[in-house]
Order: sequence, then C-alpha cells, then structure tokens
Amino acid sequence: MSNERTITLRVNGREERGRFPAHRTLLEALREIGHMEVKCGCEKGDCGACAVLVDGMAVDSCLTLAWTAEGAEITTVRGLGDLESLHPVQQAFADGGAAQCGYCIPGIVIAAKAIIDEHPEPTEDDVRLGLSGNLCRCTGYTKVFEAVSEAAAVIRAGRSGQ
Amino acid sequence: MTGITSEAPSRPNVRFRQVGRPLTRTDAPGKVAGRTPYAGDYVMPDMLHMRVVRADVASARLVRLDVSRARALQGVACALTAADLPDRAVSTDIPGQVGRKRLDTGQQILVRERVRYFGEPLALIAAETRDVADHALELVEAELEPIPGVYDPVEAMQPGAPIVTEPDNIVAERRIRKGDVEAGFAEADVIVENTFRTPFQEHAFLEPEVGLAWVDENDVVNIRVSTQVIEHFRPIADAIGVPHNKVRIRGALVGGGFGGKEDLTVEIYLALLARRTGRPVRLEYTREDSFVGHGKRHPFVLTYRTGVTRDGRITALDVRMVADSGAYVFLSPYVLLYALVAAPGPYRVDNLDVFARAVATNNMFTSAFRGFGALQACAAYEQQMDEVAKAIGLDRMELRRRNFLKTGEPMSTGFVPPSAIWTDRCAERAWAALGEPTPARGPIRIGRGIGCYQQSYGRLTFLHDTSEAWVGVEMDGTVVVRSGVTDIGAGQVSALGQIAVEALGTTLDNVVVYNSDSAVTPLAGTTTATRALYMTGNAVKQAAEAVRARLVERAARAFGVAPDDVDMGFNEVFVAERPDRSMPLVELVRICGAEGIHRSELAMFRAPFTDFLDPETGQGQAHPDYAYGAHAVEVAVDVDTGEVEVLKSVAAHDVGQCINPAAVEGQIQGGAQNGQGYALSEEMLYEEGRLITPSFSEYLMPTAMDMPKVECIILESRSGVGPYGAKGIGEPAMTPVAPAIANAVADAIGVRVFEMPITPERIVRALKRRDGTGRLDSPA
Repeated sequence: MSNERTITLRVNGREERGRFPAHRTLLEALREIGHMEVKCGCEKGDCGACAVLVDGMAVDSCLTLAWTAEGAEITTVRGLGDLESLHPVQQAFADGGAAQCGYCIPGIVIAAKAIIDEHPEPTEDDVRLGLSGNLCRCTGYTKVFEAVSEAAAVIRAGRSGQ
Repeated sequence: MTGITSEAPSRPNVRFRQVGRPLTRTDAPGKVAGRTPYAGDYVMPDMLHMRVVRADVASARLVRLDVSRARALQGVACALTAADLPDRAVSTDIPGQVGRKRLDTGQQILVRERVRYFGEPLALIAAETRDVADHALELVEAELEPIPGVYDPVEAMQPGAPIVTEPDNIVAERRIRKGDVEAGFAEADVIVENTFRTPFQEHAFLEPEVGLAWVDENDVVNIRVSTQVIEHFRPIADAIGVPHNKVRIRGALVGGGFGGKEDLTVEIYLALLARRTGRPVRLEYTREDSFVGHGKRHPFVLTYRTGVTRDGRITALDVRMVADSGAYVFLSPYVLLYALVAAPGPYRVDNLDVFARAVATNNMFTSAFRGFGALQACAAYEQQMDEVAKAIGLDRMELRRRNFLKTGEPMSTGFVPPSAIWTDRCAERAWAALGEPTPARGPIRIGRGIGCYQQSYGRLTFLHDTSEAWVGVEMDGTVVVRSGVTDIGAGQVSALGQIAVEALGTTLDNVVVYNSDSAVTPLAGTTTATRALYMTGNAVKQAAEAVRARLVERAARAFGVAPDDVDMGFNEVFVAERPDRSMPLVELVRICGAEGIHRSELAMFRAPFTDFLDPETGQGQAHPDYAYGAHAVEVAVDVDTGEVEVLKSVAAHDVGQCINPAAVEGQIQGGAQNGQGYALSEEMLYEEGRLITPSFSEYLMPTAMDMPKVECIILESRSGVGPYGAKGIGEPAMTPVAPAIANAVADAIGVRVFEMPITPERIVRALKRRDGTGRLDSPA
C-alpha cells in the first residue's frame, strides 16, 4: 500500500521504528514491533485491555492511530516495572490476588497507575470511575479495588520517605 | 472482608505448611509484569493470517459459494470451502475415557448445503497479512436461499415446526421419578406453580479465541491454542484424517474460559490450513467472531409445581424443563442431565418427578458455561422457594431450614453424597452478614434475597474420569510437576504447586509446574466441571507423597528412627520430636541420587466409575460429590426507573479445604460478578437467530461502577473428595447468585419478574401490571 510511513514510537523510554499504513492502530503497531504485553480484547474501545499511557494519560491503544502517537511518550505495563523490580501497583496486584486469568491486567495496571498519578489518595469513587473503562470477567473487581488502594498507600509512603 | 471457619468433623491429616495459606500465586508476577505469553502472543516466521467467512443468516440453503475473487487477490495463500474437504463431521461430544461416543453429534466443519445458525462458517482464508485476509473476506460471494427457521424451543416441539435436528428437534430427554408424586400432592395443603425463564449468556472471556498451528519435522500438526481442553487432539485428528499421535496441542495460560473454551474453537480451521499451505497459520477471533463463534449458556424454561404443608414441609415436586440447544448438539445432553439432577436443589424431596428436554432450534448452539445446567435449575428452585414461603406465609429462611438436605441423606437420584452438607450453616452465615438493613428513601426500595445451592464437582461418573501427574525432585531440592492440566485463570497450576511442595517439604518458590502439552505432559483431563483441583490435585498429591515416602524412608535410616518420626518442611528434613536432628532437604536428595533411590513418580487418580443413571427413574450416582453453600444480597430498586443497584453481596461456601484462600476468594468474587450480570444486565438479543448485540457496548457485563465489594465467608468441612478434603469452588461460586438477586428484587418491589435478565424495562412493566395501569406510557 502506498500510504505507508516509517515512524518512530517512543515506548517505555526507548525509540522504536516501524513502517505502518495510516489506518494502523497503536495497538496493532505496538504488537507488530514486539510489545505483546499490550492485549487486544475488542478493538472497539469497550474493554480497556489495550490501555497504555500516552504522555501520562491512559488511553485505549485500539482507538488511537499509530501515526498520531509519534513523538509521544508511550508507557506499557512493561514500562512500569519488571519481574525483578515490580512497580508498587504491580506488586499490590500480585500479592493481593488481583490477577486471575490476567488478560485484562496489562490494561488495568495502566489504568490504576493513571488513577494514582491523578489522585495520590484515591477515594472509592475515584478508583471505580478510573477503572470503569476496563472490563474484567474473573475477579469481580473486589481485589482490584483493594490492590489500587494498597498501591496508592505504598506510593504515598515512599514519597514521604517512610 | 473475609472470614474462614474450620469446623472440621475431622482434623487435617497433615500439619499444613504450604496448603491453606494465601500465597502469591506462581503465575501472578508474570501476569502483572506483562511477561506472560498467551496463545495469541506467539508468532513464527513465514506465518499466515486467517479469517473465517461466516453466514449472515441463521437458516438457509447454500446455493453458491464463490471464493475465486478472494483466491485471486494478491497475498492470499489459500481459500478453503467445504468442496475442498472430505465430507467428514467433527464430533461435538466429550467421550470421556470410555472411548464411546454419542450418536449424531457431528457438526460440519464448513457449510456444505445447509446453514443452521447465524455465523456458521462457510470458508477459511489464509493470507500474508491480516489486512489482506480482511480484504479477501469481503470478496467471497455466498448466495444463501433462506429456509424457514425456528427460534424458540417450545415452538420447535410443535407439530409442523421446521426441523433442525431429525426427526423431531428433541436432542435429549431425561427423567427422574422418585417416590409417589400424586400421593405427595394429595398430602399438600398448598400447591404452588410457577414458570421461570433464563437467558442465553456469553462467556465474555477477555481473550478472544486464538491459536497458531504449524506442521513439524515429524509431520505432527502442532497447535498453540487458548483452550480448556488439550485432549481435543483426538477429535481434531479424526476430523482432519490423521492418527491421534499426529496432533499436538500446546496450551498457554488461558485468558479466561468459563466453559467457553471447553469445546473446539479455532483448532480444526488452523490444522486444516497449516497442512494445506505447509506454513504456520495464526487465527485470532475478533470480538464479534467470538460472540458468534462459540456456544452459549442454554436458555431454559422451567415450570416448578411444589406441594407443601402449612408448616412448610415439601411433600411433592414436579418439574418440567425445556432447554434451547441451538443448532447443534454439543454438550446439551450433559447440561440437561446436570439440570435434571439439580432440580430440587439442596432440599430433601422424596416425591419427585422431573422431565427435562433439550430442543434444537436455529439459534446459536449452546454448550458448557460455568454452572452447566445446575445453575439454571438453581435460578428456578430458589425463586420457587421464596414463592412457596410467600404462599404459606412462612419466613423464607425458615422454609429452607425445614427442608434442607442433611449430611447422609439421599439426593434427587437416591445417591448419598459422601461429604458434609453444610447448606444450613452457610445460609445462616451469609444472611446474618448482610447486617443492618439500608433504609429506603423516595422511590428507592430495599430488598434482600438468598440463594442456596447444590453443585457437583468432578465430571459425570459414567465418563470414567482419570487424571495423571508426574512429580520429581531435582538434585538441588527444587521440585518439578508435569501435568496436562490447563490453567484458565483460577490458579489451577499454582494450587498444584502448593500441594506438591506441601508433600515434599519445600516452598512455592521452589516448584515449577509444566502443564498443558498433550504430547509431553501426562494427560490430566479437562479444566472444566470444577474438576481440576479435585482430580489433578489428587493425582499430584499421590505422586508427591510417593516420592516423599521414599525420601522419608531414607532419612529415617540416616537418623536411626522410624519413617513415621520423620517430617519435612521449609527445605529441612528432621525428626518430628527432635527438630535439632535435621539435615537440609538438598542433602537428602543428594544421598538418594547417589544411591539410585527413585526421586519421581507418575500417578493416576481415578474418580468413581459408575454406569449411567437408570433411564426410567434417573436413580443412581451421577457425580463424585457435591458442594453446598449460599449467596445473599441486598439490593436497591428505583421504582420509577426500574434500575437495580446491588448494595451488598455476601457468599458463604463450604469449600472443604482451602488450598489457597486468596484464590478461593477470587473465584467467589468473580462468580458474584458473573451471576450479577446474568441476573440483571447481560442480554443477547437475537432477531430470527441473528445476534444484534455482538459487542461489549451492547452486551453489558457489570463494570467497576456496578460491583459491590463481595464479602466471602469460607467454611472448611474438610469432608470433600479432593486433596486434603477439598471440594471445588469454580462453578459453585456463581450458581446461587442470580436467584439471590431475583429474590431481593422481588422482596424490594413486592412483585416478581419471572424472566432474566431482570432489566429496568421488565421491572417497570411488572410494576405497571401489578398497579393495573397496564400501559407503559401511562403516567406513573
């Protein structure tokens, strides 16, 4: 196809290049360049499994065109922390039993990070509203709510030097 | 949020060091870090991308199917239709280990002449890129001549109805006759009859069906696929015409199952095209494909007629059930059997007549879904219990108390479940935990409801279920488990690890479980029917304890004590009464290695093997055992808008023995959500068999805005037939939720909606009917 372009995406602090047509979504593009941690659940913005941070905002990558993300700072769940050094949100999800099948978790962890960035001391309403775009079929959300609160507390404690 | 009660009839048989603790699951770090590969995350060089071409009507004759334009498109490697395949059907049965199959359960791989349901596959396309495959899909020309269809199971039984399945659309018929129902009704003071309707339900796992297939150097078709059942390699091999040992299923951690990945999904399409093209092929369903591509929960129409005395004793029960089996048989006869056996619920009913039929229609085919027929029965019997209580003016909890089946009593099939029956104490605990009632205000009415249940765990015993596991200790003291079990998100694999390290005196971070490969992991059966922990847990325990016995025997010689005096834990081996006399586990393993003491074991666990239930009376053993418990809710209903909010949701289950309490809670809380959606909002709308709600913006699951925090009360009778007295919680978690909500709504507004989901529209309509206005557009 003729309307293809090579673009540079800045993902988890690294510049990565790929050649994509204009209609390629950020979800498809990220997976094409190897970011399999970004999950496809519906391709319609209904489920949130594909959520990534774009310049700090949680967005559905399936509703974002790859070309429009050029120049932006993109963060996937792997950009938050790794197995050897989990991010407090990831740690709280793992220890709190908030991940079951885990397919929604890359998107939910990103949404949780965005909630806590905006509300360091999130209320229950903040958490529910912040997660309302992320579907989970396994957990009933109870442990997800608990994990977000726990992570926020850990991050606050870390900031105040405790 | 959680309380665990161990009121054990017997003490635990080991002093637990690993089992019973809420340990971080072995699969959790990889999942939260985004490091876990799911089946859709595997790619191969030179891989082709597939799409499935589907029929856009539900009942038709295929007049012409032309794929020539698709084939001619640059980048299309293959376009396959039924004309390119031998005329062979795929078995939709689960033969179990007896090797027998039901008759006439085949489904055509691709439509040959007749389209029986909306979305039935017509052709397969493989192309160099997904874009090309999408484009080719649009170039396929299908001429479909509509044939009158039938979309209601009751209509499908009428004379002259269009025939979907020869000769009369009835795909299964089951009966229980027990005691003297006529005499029972004669003895009754009051007879209560109601008809309840339950809907289709979509599994809505977040990971759509996906797989990757290739043919290896041994001419074996390898399929990496998201599935609950790796042992589908047999029907796949039969369908593509190769020996069973030429198909290998390699699973992956599954992104949700709930029964929706129990049947074959993408496997045969992948196998056909991998062989045809000689290249790796990948097929990932879109969400819309997923909505129309796998079987749904059976809608049921259930008529309950209950005879009861004034003091609340049930004297007779007559139940009529009709299940919509859709266009193909799949697991309908088994689902129907579960519903039949569950019909009276966890109650003692000595005079019982149940007649259940599954009927073919041109709707989407229906098959396994968490609860598997027993859930639909519960939706009816628990609503009926509230209606019976109302009819005789008795408290609904008291009516239940007076009729609960008790430990040691025979259930519907005459079988006496071997474990404790703790429905009573679960119900009391859940009900009490609702606490102070929330006050009503303005148009907001408050109501409460409870659902009690009986749900089997383990497969039908006439299927002769078995499960294998291999456990070994490495030279450095780490543990390896190999077992074919699939992990669909409930922590199946981690629980097996916990059991193995309990027996082998080490910790969960010291075990690796290899699972889900039909060629190299010992076959463990399916992750369905709440059987994985029961069956494979027992197999792992057997294998690990056999290894433990040999290690302990050697240690006893080293210590100069009897084997019974030796214990192991946290990587140490010691004399139980003298912990100072110890050696590191790794040292013991090294000695065993040097002396050729066998450090591994392959074990097979066998469930009870029985014959089929008596075909006339339905009496006999159907399952290994049953789980019991209750779910209670408080709801707020806005009588102006019909909106329902679930304020409190409390579950109390006797799980026998927790292996991992955090995982048990997770199952319960997820079941609460799954059941809440089923009761209130999840609606698959079909027009002439055509699904008009194939997305998550139309099919509404409870979100983070809709779910209350779910409180879990876990009771441990330690009486189950699973490892350490465990029962199962996968299906039980969901079964009682929807009727609890239905009962709460009826309690709140004083009128019952007899059809789920209980949508705002149905509530408003029921209120209008009760208020006698009759018209929906009249002022309230």
